[in-house]
Amino acid sequence: MSDSPTDTLGPLDAGLEYDPLSRRKFVKVGFGLFGACYAGALGYPIYRYLNDPAEEAALMAAITEVSLDAASLDPGSVLMFRFGARPAMLIHHLDGSWASFDAVCTHLGCTVQYETDKNRIHCACHGGVYDPVSGHPVSGPPPRSLRKYNVEVKDAQVIVSRA
Amino acid sequence: MPKSSSRALESPPPSKVWTFLDERLGLSEILEIARHKRVPQHTQSFWYYWGGISLFFFLIQAISGVLLLVYYRPGVDAFDSVRRITYDIDFGWLIRSAHSWSANLMIVAVFVHMFSVFFMKAYRAPREFGWWSGLVLLGLAMTFGFSGYLLPMDELAYFATKVGLDIPTSIPVIGPIMGDLIRGGPDVNENTIQRFFALHVVILPALFVPVLMFHLFLVQKHGNAVPPSEEAKPESERSSIPFFPNFFAKDLAMWLIALNVLALLASLYPWDLGPQADPLAPAPQGIHPEWYFMVPFQVLKVFGNWFPGLTGEIMGMALFTLGGLIWAVIPLYDMNNKNAARARTATWIGFVVLATVIVFTIWGYSAL
Repeated sequence: MSDSPTDTLGPLDAGLEYDPLSRRKFVKVGFGLFGACYAGALGYPIYRYLNDPAEEAALMAAITEVSLDAASLDPGSVLMFRFGARPAMLIHHLDGSWASFDAVCTHLGCTVQYETDKNRIHCACHGGVYDPVSGHPVSGPPPRSLRKYNVEVKDAQVIVSRA
Repeated sequence: MPKSSSRALESPPPSKVWTFLDERLGLSEILEIARHKRVPQHTQSFWYYWGGISLFFFLIQAISGVLLLVYYRPGVDAFDSVRRITYDIDFGWLIRSAHSWSANLMIVAVFVHMFSVFFMKAYRAPREFGWWSGLVLLGLAMTFGFSGYLLPMDELAYFATKVGLDIPTSIPVIGPIMGDLIRGGPDVNENTIQRFFALHVVILPALFVPVLMFHLFLVQKHGNAVPPSEEAKPESERSSIPFFPNFFAKDLAMWLIALNVLALLASLYPWDLGPQADPLAPAPQGIHPEWYFMVPFQVLKVFGNWFPGLTGEIMGMALFTLGGLIWAVIPLYDMNNKNAARARTATWIGFVVLATVIVFTIWGYSAL
């Protein structure tokens, strides 16, 4: 903080040097902000418009329970149904037990199928195989188990729910 | 001091991105051409913006149209898909409203552009092709409007299209065949929607864009025409501004105003969707076409009253064809500034046409 003559002249000089520059910057930033406001005002509705189906699917995915008229499903057979927006499967095993899984392969998202004759869940895309009782991967590329749902039989209804 | 002021005027050094693009795309050469291009400045300069405003609304049409295409389904599902866009999809009402409002504003801008060109005598040599390509664009724009009007397939759309297509159908001999081909059957049905859809989103854009390019190329080639009052002045008394950045910046400002007007109209007055079209229901009271078809609509109505039956319709159409023809050959009649009598006649024709348009439009609406 020295009060030398050069310092008192400094701000004046600096003002001449930098004022035009900062004004240019001010206009640039101002126009930039102005443009950003318009881009936002135009972009936001367009984004929401295009994203609507995804939002709807997200809403559907929020459901936690599906009630199916499936108590009469033959043992050893499968019922494909929608759990929210995703395909799911309900298997009635030969021993009378029930199992329900998210039917989307954990590898690359193909829909899997229950093969009655081989008693296994198979993904035709890359040959992944899952255990039809636990949903654990048995062979092939799947990295994780299929998501398992809770099954409860109530009269004629089979209620599939997620924890 | 001199050092710092000269620095203030100097533009900042080009950025690396600019240099990269410039070396490969020759951007500075384009800027150099743009810098030499000048736009005349005089009391009537305001009218120079209207071609650009029309272009702006056309761009909005292209963008909002593609967005509508994401959810619209032609054919039997047409009404239901538009109902979904209007009431279910987030901001769908706004996109649709913007498309409809911008269509109307585009026609307004095109009309202002056309009449200002007419009265400034900008159709004179060497700009005849500008006038003709502009008329082709106007015809295409109106066909865009007519075909787009059916696509929601609500009550108004259905009857407006029915009435509109009955007009060419009344042409002797070829009329009925043409009508059947355009409609895809003897009546407006889902085949008609499918055809109009193909017309609206594929055929018309494919025709419109090249003609528009040609039109813009001519504007670039010949520059802006000056009105006769300006032409009469000696070169030294005329003034002009550089196209870039001066006129360009003003053009952009106009576009911004146009965007704001559109945004206000589209959001404050959302475009309506009527009840679903029902071929068995009677035509609703006060059915009428879009305002830019009000003149032919009213002319046909009036002629139909004066000369009942087919005669009226045919006379109305003949009159219209004749008027259109005169409008198109004006550049061949009023060719240059040498013939003052012809110039005056052309101006009078312009006034008559403008007055006809205004009178018949008002008459049409008041007779509903």
